[in-house]
Amino acid sequence: MSSDDLDTVAALHDPVRRAVYDYVASRGCEVGRNEAAEAVGVQRTLAAFHLDKLVEAGLLEAGFKRLTDRTGPGSGRPSKVYRRAPGEWQVSVPARDYRTLARTLAEVVDLLGGDEQAERVARRAGAGLAGPGEDLGEVLRRRGYEPYEEEGRLRLRNCPFHLLAEEHPLLVCSVNLALCQGLLAGLGEEAVAARLDPRPGECCVAFSKEDL
Amino acid sequence: MHLAQLNIAHMRAPKDSPELADFVAALDPINRLSDEAPGFVWRLKGGDAPQDTVEHDYGDHLLINFSVWESRDTLWDFTYRSAHLGVLQRRREWFLRMAEPYSVMWWIPRDHVPTLAEGMERLELLKAEGPTPRAFTFKDFYDSSEAAWRPAAAEVRK
Repeated sequence: MSSDDLDTVAALHDPVRRAVYDYVASRGCEVGRNEAAEAVGVQRTLAAFHLDKLVEAGLLEAGFKRLTDRTGPGSGRPSKVYRRAPGEWQVSVPARDYRTLARTLAEVVDLLGGDEQAERVARRAGAGLAGPGEDLGEVLRRRGYEPYEEEGRLRLRNCPFHLLAEEHPLLVCSVNLALCQGLLAGLGEEAVAARLDPRPGECCVAFSKEDL
Repeated sequence: MHLAQLNIAHMRAPKDSPELADFVAALDPINRLSDEAPGFVWRLKGGDAPQDTVEHDYGDHLLINFSVWESRDTLWDFTYRSAHLGVLQRRREWFLRMAEPYSVMWWIPRDHVPTLAEGMERLELLKAEGPTPRAFTFKDFYDSSEAAWRPAAAEVRK
Protein backbone atom coordinates (compact mmCIF):
# COMPACT_ATOMS: atom_id res chain seq x y z
CA MET A 1 0.00 0.00 0.00
CA SER A 2 1.36 3.42 -0.86
CA SER A 3 0.38 6.45 1.16
CA ASP A 4 -0.86 7.98 -2.12
CA ASP A 5 -3.56 5.33 -2.35
CA LEU A 6 -4.65 6.17 1.18
CA ASP A 7 -4.91 9.88 0.29
CA THR A 8 -6.92 9.03 -2.80
CA VAL A 9 -9.36 6.85 -0.92
CA ALA A 10 -9.59 9.43 1.87
CA ALA A 11 -10.99 11.85 -0.71
CA LEU A 12 -14.18 9.75 -0.57
CA HIS A 13 -14.69 10.31 3.15
CA ASP A 14 -17.08 13.26 2.78
CA PRO A 15 -20.61 11.83 2.42
CA VAL A 16 -21.71 14.28 -0.30
CA ARG A 17 -18.53 13.70 -2.28
CA ARG A 18 -19.00 9.96 -1.89
CA ALA A 19 -22.57 10.23 -3.18
CA VAL A 20 -21.36 12.26 -6.17
CA TYR A 21 -18.67 9.66 -6.91
CA ASP A 22 -21.10 6.75 -6.54
CA TYR A 23 -23.52 8.45 -8.91
CA VAL A 24 -20.92 9.06 -11.65
CA ALA A 25 -19.59 5.50 -11.24
CA SER A 26 -23.08 4.02 -11.42
CA ARG A 27 -23.85 5.79 -14.71
CA GLY A 28 -20.97 4.17 -16.59
CA CYS A 29 -20.86 7.15 -18.98
CA GLU A 30 -20.03 10.85 -18.96
CA VAL A 31 -22.06 12.90 -16.50
CA GLY A 32 -22.63 16.66 -16.47
CA ARG A 33 -22.62 18.90 -13.39
CA ASN A 34 -26.36 19.57 -13.45
CA GLU A 35 -27.17 15.90 -13.71
CA ALA A 36 -24.89 15.01 -10.77
CA ALA A 37 -26.29 17.87 -8.66
CA GLU A 38 -29.86 16.77 -9.30
CA ALA A 39 -29.15 13.10 -8.65
CA VAL A 40 -27.46 13.80 -5.32
CA GLY A 41 -29.81 16.62 -4.33
CA VAL A 42 -27.30 19.41 -3.84
CA GLN A 43 -26.67 22.80 -5.44
CA ARG A 44 -24.90 22.81 -8.79
CA THR A 45 -21.91 24.75 -7.39
CA LEU A 46 -21.45 22.26 -4.55
CA ALA A 47 -21.66 19.33 -6.96
CA ALA A 48 -19.09 21.05 -9.22
CA PHE A 49 -16.79 21.58 -6.23
CA HIS A 50 -16.88 17.91 -5.28
CA LEU A 51 -16.59 16.71 -8.89
CA ASP A 52 -13.44 18.78 -9.36
CA LYS A 53 -12.01 17.55 -6.04
CA LEU A 54 -12.57 13.98 -7.25
CA VAL A 55 -10.72 14.78 -10.48
CA GLU A 56 -7.87 16.26 -8.41
CA ALA A 57 -7.70 13.06 -6.38
CA GLY A 58 -7.55 11.00 -9.59
CA LEU A 59 -10.85 9.19 -8.96
CA LEU A 60 -12.70 10.88 -11.84
CA GLU A 61 -11.66 12.14 -15.26
CA ALA A 62 -12.99 15.38 -16.70
CA GLY A 63 -13.61 16.36 -20.30
CA PHE A 64 -15.80 18.68 -22.35
CA LYS A 65 -18.81 17.61 -24.34
CA ARG A 66 -21.92 19.11 -25.86
CA LEU A 67 -24.78 17.76 -23.81
CA THR A 68 -27.51 18.83 -26.25
CA ASP A 69 -28.01 17.74 -29.84
CA ARG A 70 -27.85 21.33 -31.05
CA THR A 71 -24.72 22.39 -32.91
CA GLY A 72 -23.51 25.57 -34.54
CA PRO A 73 -23.92 29.17 -33.38
CA GLY A 74 -26.18 29.58 -30.35
CA SER A 75 -25.82 26.02 -29.17
CA GLY A 76 -23.59 27.18 -26.33
CA ARG A 77 -20.22 26.08 -25.03
CA PRO A 78 -19.54 22.39 -24.44
CA SER A 79 -20.18 21.40 -20.79
CA LYS A 80 -17.67 19.95 -18.42
CA VAL A 81 -18.38 16.24 -18.02
CA TYR A 82 -17.03 13.58 -15.70
CA ARG A 83 -16.54 9.85 -15.73
CA ARG A 84 -14.81 7.38 -13.48
CA ALA A 85 -11.01 7.19 -13.90
CA PRO A 86 -9.73 3.77 -14.94
CA GLY A 87 -7.22 3.22 -12.10
CA GLU A 88 -7.81 1.22 -8.94
CA TRP A 89 -6.76 1.90 -5.39
CA GLN A 90 -6.24 -0.51 -2.61
CA VAL A 91 -5.79 0.31 1.02
CA SER A 92 -5.06 -2.13 3.81
CA VAL A 93 -3.90 -1.35 7.29
CA PRO A 94 -1.45 -2.81 8.13
CA ALA A 95 0.01 -3.24 4.63
CA ARG A 96 -0.85 -6.54 2.94
CA ASP A 97 -0.03 -7.32 -0.66
CA TYR A 98 -2.56 -9.86 -1.90
CA ARG A 99 -2.31 -8.46 -5.41
CA THR A 100 1.26 -9.63 -5.95
CA LEU A 101 0.41 -12.98 -4.41
CA ALA A 102 -2.63 -13.34 -6.70
CA ARG A 103 -0.54 -12.45 -9.77
CA THR A 104 2.09 -14.99 -8.82
CA LEU A 105 -0.44 -17.75 -8.18
CA ALA A 106 -2.30 -16.97 -11.41
CA GLU A 107 0.95 -17.37 -13.33
CA VAL A 108 1.56 -20.70 -11.61
CA VAL A 109 -1.94 -21.95 -12.49
CA ASP A 110 -1.27 -20.92 -16.11
CA LEU A 111 2.09 -22.71 -16.15
CA LEU A 112 0.62 -25.86 -14.66
CA GLY A 113 -2.40 -25.74 -16.96
CA GLY A 114 -4.58 -25.90 -13.88
CA ASP A 115 -7.52 -23.86 -15.21
CA GLU A 116 -10.04 -26.62 -14.69
CA GLN A 117 -9.06 -27.19 -11.09
CA ALA A 118 -9.11 -23.42 -10.52
CA GLU A 119 -12.67 -23.28 -11.90
CA ARG A 120 -13.77 -26.14 -9.64
CA VAL A 121 -12.31 -24.43 -6.59
CA ALA A 122 -13.90 -21.13 -7.63
CA ARG A 123 -17.32 -22.74 -7.98
CA ARG A 124 -17.02 -24.08 -4.45
CA ALA A 125 -15.73 -20.76 -3.12
CA GLY A 126 -18.61 -18.93 -4.84
CA ALA A 127 -21.16 -21.14 -3.11
CA GLY A 128 -19.71 -20.04 0.23
CA LEU A 129 -20.07 -16.34 -0.58
CA ALA A 130 -23.85 -16.21 -0.28
CA GLY A 131 -26.51 -17.83 1.85
CA PRO A 132 -29.83 -19.33 0.68
CA GLY A 133 -32.47 -16.72 -0.12
CA GLU A 134 -30.14 -13.71 -0.16
CA ASP A 135 -30.74 -11.15 -2.90
CA LEU A 136 -28.47 -11.73 -5.90
CA GLY A 137 -28.11 -8.03 -6.75
CA GLU A 138 -27.23 -7.19 -3.16
CA VAL A 139 -24.62 -9.96 -2.93
CA LEU A 140 -23.04 -8.78 -6.20
CA ARG A 141 -23.07 -5.14 -5.06
CA ARG A 142 -21.37 -6.12 -1.83
CA ARG A 143 -18.65 -7.90 -3.77
CA GLY A 144 -17.96 -4.84 -5.96
CA TYR A 145 -19.53 -6.05 -9.22
CA GLU A 146 -21.75 -2.95 -9.56
CA PRO A 147 -24.74 -4.78 -11.06
CA TYR A 148 -27.32 -3.00 -13.24
CA GLU A 149 -30.30 -4.19 -15.23
CA GLU A 150 -30.48 -4.08 -18.99
CA GLU A 151 -33.01 -5.81 -21.23
CA GLY A 152 -33.95 -8.39 -18.63
CA ARG A 153 -30.35 -9.18 -17.76
CA LEU A 154 -28.34 -8.32 -14.72
CA ARG A 155 -25.05 -6.97 -16.09
CA LEU A 156 -21.94 -6.12 -14.09
CA ARG A 157 -20.32 -2.76 -14.63
CA ASN A 158 -17.17 -3.51 -12.64
CA CYS A 159 -14.78 -6.44 -12.73
CA PRO A 160 -13.49 -6.90 -9.17
CA PHE A 161 -10.48 -8.76 -10.60
CA HIS A 162 -9.71 -6.22 -13.33
CA LEU A 163 -5.93 -6.05 -12.89
CA LEU A 164 -5.52 -9.83 -12.91
CA ALA A 165 -8.03 -10.21 -15.72
CA GLU A 166 -5.83 -7.94 -17.85
CA GLU A 167 -2.82 -10.21 -17.30
CA HIS A 168 -4.52 -13.60 -17.37
CA PRO A 169 -7.85 -13.02 -19.10
CA LEU A 170 -8.69 -16.61 -19.94
CA LEU A 171 -7.93 -17.92 -16.47
CA VAL A 172 -9.44 -15.05 -14.51
CA CYS A 173 -12.60 -14.74 -16.62
CA SER A 174 -13.19 -18.51 -16.32
CA VAL A 175 -12.61 -18.41 -12.58
CA ASN A 176 -14.91 -15.41 -12.29
CA LEU A 177 -17.67 -17.18 -14.22
CA ALA A 178 -17.31 -20.26 -12.02
CA LEU A 179 -17.39 -18.05 -8.92
CA CYS A 180 -20.64 -16.45 -10.12
CA GLN A 181 -22.15 -19.85 -10.90
CA GLY A 182 -21.16 -21.06 -7.42
CA LEU A 183 -22.71 -17.94 -5.96
CA LEU A 184 -26.05 -18.81 -7.58
CA ALA A 185 -25.80 -22.31 -6.16
CA GLY A 186 -25.12 -20.84 -2.70
CA LEU A 187 -28.20 -18.64 -3.02
CA GLY A 188 -30.25 -21.65 -4.07
CA GLU A 189 -31.17 -19.66 -7.18
CA GLU A 190 -32.08 -22.14 -9.91
CA ALA A 191 -34.13 -19.92 -12.24
CA VAL A 192 -31.17 -17.66 -13.07
CA ALA A 193 -27.97 -18.56 -14.95
CA ALA A 194 -24.59 -16.86 -15.02
CA ARG A 195 -23.13 -16.73 -18.53
CA LEU A 196 -20.24 -15.16 -20.35
CA ASP A 197 -21.45 -12.06 -22.16
CA PRO A 198 -18.33 -9.92 -22.44
CA ARG A 199 -18.30 -6.36 -23.69
CA PRO A 200 -15.58 -3.71 -23.51
CA GLY A 201 -15.01 -2.07 -20.15
CA GLU A 202 -17.22 -4.38 -18.07
CA CYS A 203 -17.12 -7.66 -16.21
CA CYS A 204 -17.43 -10.63 -18.60
CA VAL A 205 -20.39 -12.25 -16.79
CA ALA A 206 -24.11 -11.44 -17.04
CA PHE A 207 -27.06 -13.06 -15.27
CA SER A 208 -30.26 -13.96 -17.04
CA LYS A 209 -33.25 -16.27 -16.70
CA GLU A 210 -32.21 -19.90 -17.15
CA ASP A 211 -34.22 -20.34 -20.37
CA LEU A 212 -33.05 -17.12 -22.07
CA MET B 1 1.68 2.08 -36.80
CA HIS B 2 -0.61 -0.92 -36.84
CA LEU B 3 -0.45 -3.96 -34.60
CA ALA B 4 -0.04 -7.38 -36.25
CA GLN B 5 -0.88 -10.56 -34.37
CA LEU B 6 -0.22 -14.16 -35.30
CA ASN B 7 -1.68 -17.14 -33.40
CA ILE B 8 -1.06 -20.80 -34.02
CA ALA B 9 -2.95 -23.73 -32.53
CA HIS B 10 -2.53 -27.48 -32.86
CA MET B 11 -5.84 -29.15 -33.63
CA ARG B 12 -6.58 -32.34 -31.71
CA ALA B 13 -8.06 -33.88 -34.86
CA PRO B 14 -8.45 -33.03 -38.55
CA LYS B 15 -10.52 -29.97 -39.32
CA ASP B 16 -13.33 -32.02 -40.90
CA SER B 17 -13.59 -34.44 -37.95
CA PRO B 18 -16.56 -34.49 -35.56
CA GLU B 19 -14.26 -33.38 -32.69
CA LEU B 20 -13.65 -30.06 -34.47
CA ALA B 21 -17.25 -29.57 -35.68
CA ASP B 22 -18.20 -26.99 -33.03
CA PHE B 23 -15.04 -25.03 -33.72
CA VAL B 24 -15.61 -25.03 -37.47
CA ALA B 25 -19.21 -23.94 -36.89
CA ALA B 26 -17.94 -20.98 -34.85
CA LEU B 27 -15.54 -19.80 -37.60
CA ASP B 28 -18.09 -17.89 -39.65
CA PRO B 29 -19.74 -15.91 -36.81
CA ILE B 30 -16.39 -15.18 -35.13
CA ASN B 31 -14.73 -14.09 -38.39
CA ARG B 32 -17.67 -11.80 -39.05
CA LEU B 33 -17.38 -10.42 -35.52
CA SER B 34 -13.68 -9.72 -36.02
CA ASP B 35 -14.13 -8.10 -39.45
CA GLU B 36 -16.76 -5.75 -37.99
CA ALA B 37 -14.94 -5.08 -34.72
CA PRO B 38 -13.72 -1.52 -34.02
CA GLY B 39 -10.04 -1.22 -34.96
CA PHE B 40 -9.96 -4.26 -37.27
CA VAL B 41 -7.68 -3.61 -40.25
CA TRP B 42 -6.89 -6.87 -42.06
CA ARG B 43 -7.04 -10.63 -41.72
CA LEU B 44 -5.25 -13.30 -43.72
CA LYS B 45 -8.03 -15.30 -45.36
CA GLY B 46 -7.78 -18.91 -46.45
CA GLY B 47 -10.36 -18.50 -49.21
CA ASP B 48 -13.69 -16.94 -50.05
CA ALA B 49 -15.82 -19.36 -48.03
CA PRO B 50 -16.50 -18.15 -44.48
CA GLN B 51 -15.09 -21.35 -42.97
CA ASP B 52 -11.87 -21.46 -45.02
CA THR B 53 -8.79 -21.38 -42.83
CA VAL B 54 -5.29 -20.23 -43.75
CA GLU B 55 -3.40 -22.66 -46.02
CA HIS B 56 0.27 -23.15 -45.12
CA ASP B 57 3.27 -25.48 -45.17
CA TYR B 58 3.99 -25.43 -41.46
CA GLY B 59 2.57 -28.86 -40.69
CA ASP B 60 -0.76 -30.68 -40.61
CA HIS B 61 -3.21 -29.88 -37.83
CA LEU B 62 -1.72 -26.43 -37.39
CA LEU B 63 -4.35 -23.72 -37.42
CA ILE B 64 -3.12 -20.19 -38.12
CA ASN B 65 -4.83 -16.94 -37.35
CA PHE B 66 -3.21 -13.75 -38.58
CA SER B 67 -4.66 -10.25 -38.32
CA VAL B 68 -3.82 -6.55 -38.11
CA TRP B 69 -5.41 -4.04 -35.73
CA GLU B 70 -5.30 -0.31 -35.07
CA SER B 71 -4.25 -0.62 -31.45
CA ARG B 72 -3.66 -2.90 -28.52
CA ASP B 73 -7.01 -1.98 -26.97
CA THR B 74 -9.07 -2.76 -30.08
CA LEU B 75 -7.39 -6.16 -30.43
CA TRP B 76 -7.81 -6.78 -26.70
CA ASP B 77 -11.50 -5.89 -26.74
CA PHE B 78 -12.17 -8.20 -29.68
CA THR B 79 -10.13 -11.06 -28.21
CA TYR B 80 -11.33 -10.96 -24.63
CA ARG B 81 -14.37 -8.67 -24.52
CA SER B 82 -16.58 -10.10 -27.24
CA ALA B 83 -18.22 -13.44 -28.02
CA HIS B 84 -14.72 -14.54 -29.06
CA LEU B 85 -13.94 -15.12 -25.36
CA GLY B 86 -16.42 -18.01 -25.19
CA VAL B 87 -14.66 -19.72 -28.11
CA LEU B 88 -11.26 -19.19 -26.46
CA GLN B 89 -12.50 -20.79 -23.28
CA ARG B 90 -13.37 -23.97 -25.14
CA ARG B 91 -9.91 -24.11 -26.78
CA ARG B 92 -8.88 -27.23 -24.86
CA GLU B 93 -11.71 -29.21 -26.50
CA TRP B 94 -10.23 -28.56 -29.93
CA PHE B 95 -6.55 -27.74 -29.50
CA LEU B 96 -3.59 -29.29 -27.74
CA ARG B 97 -2.01 -27.48 -24.85
CA MET B 98 1.12 -25.68 -26.00
CA ALA B 99 4.24 -25.41 -23.91
CA GLU B 100 5.83 -22.90 -26.29
CA PRO B 101 4.58 -19.42 -27.15
CA TYR B 102 1.70 -19.67 -29.65
CA SER B 103 0.83 -16.02 -30.04
CA VAL B 104 2.98 -13.06 -31.05
CA MET B 105 2.46 -9.37 -31.81
CA TRP B 106 4.56 -6.71 -33.46
CA TRP B 107 4.14 -3.23 -34.91
CA ILE B 108 4.02 -2.63 -38.66
CA PRO B 109 3.80 0.57 -40.75
CA ARG B 110 0.22 1.44 -41.63
CA ASP B 111 0.67 0.70 -45.34
CA HIS B 112 2.43 -2.64 -44.85
CA VAL B 113 0.64 -5.92 -45.56
CA PRO B 114 2.54 -8.59 -43.63
CA THR B 115 3.24 -12.07 -45.00
CA LEU B 116 2.74 -15.36 -43.21
CA ALA B 117 6.49 -16.03 -43.36
CA GLU B 118 7.10 -12.73 -41.60
CA GLY B 119 4.64 -13.69 -38.89
CA MET B 120 6.19 -17.11 -38.34
CA GLU B 121 9.62 -15.44 -38.08
CA ARG B 122 8.28 -13.16 -35.35
CA LEU B 123 6.97 -16.16 -33.46
CA GLU B 124 10.39 -17.82 -33.73
CA LEU B 125 11.95 -14.61 -32.49
CA LEU B 126 9.64 -14.62 -29.46
CA LYS B 127 10.55 -18.24 -28.75
CA ALA B 128 14.26 -17.54 -29.08
CA GLU B 129 14.59 -14.22 -27.25
CA GLY B 130 11.47 -13.81 -25.17
CA PRO B 131 9.39 -10.64 -25.48
CA THR B 132 11.22 -7.75 -27.16
CA PRO B 133 9.95 -4.66 -29.02
CA ARG B 134 10.11 -6.75 -32.21
CA ALA B 135 8.05 -9.70 -30.97
CA PHE B 136 5.89 -9.47 -27.89
CA THR B 137 2.66 -10.49 -26.19
CA PHE B 138 -0.29 -8.89 -24.38
CA LYS B 139 1.37 -9.75 -21.10
CA ASP B 140 4.72 -8.19 -22.05
CA PHE B 141 3.55 -5.47 -24.35
CA TYR B 142 5.67 -2.84 -26.12
CA ASP B 143 4.30 0.48 -27.36
CA SER B 144 4.87 1.36 -31.00
CA SER B 145 7.27 4.12 -29.96
CA GLU B 146 9.54 1.50 -28.35
CA ALA B 147 9.29 -0.78 -31.34
CA ALA B 148 11.07 0.99 -34.19
CA TRP B 149 10.35 -1.11 -37.25
CA ARG B 150 13.55 -2.05 -39.00
CA PRO B 151 13.09 -4.74 -41.64
CA ALA B 152 16.83 -5.32 -41.73
CA ALA B 153 17.07 -6.04 -38.04
CA ALA B 154 15.78 -9.61 -38.37
CA GLU B 155 18.31 -10.30 -41.12
CA VAL B 156 21.27 -9.02 -39.16
CA ARG B 157 20.65 -11.49 -36.38
CA LYS B 158 20.65 -14.57 -38.61
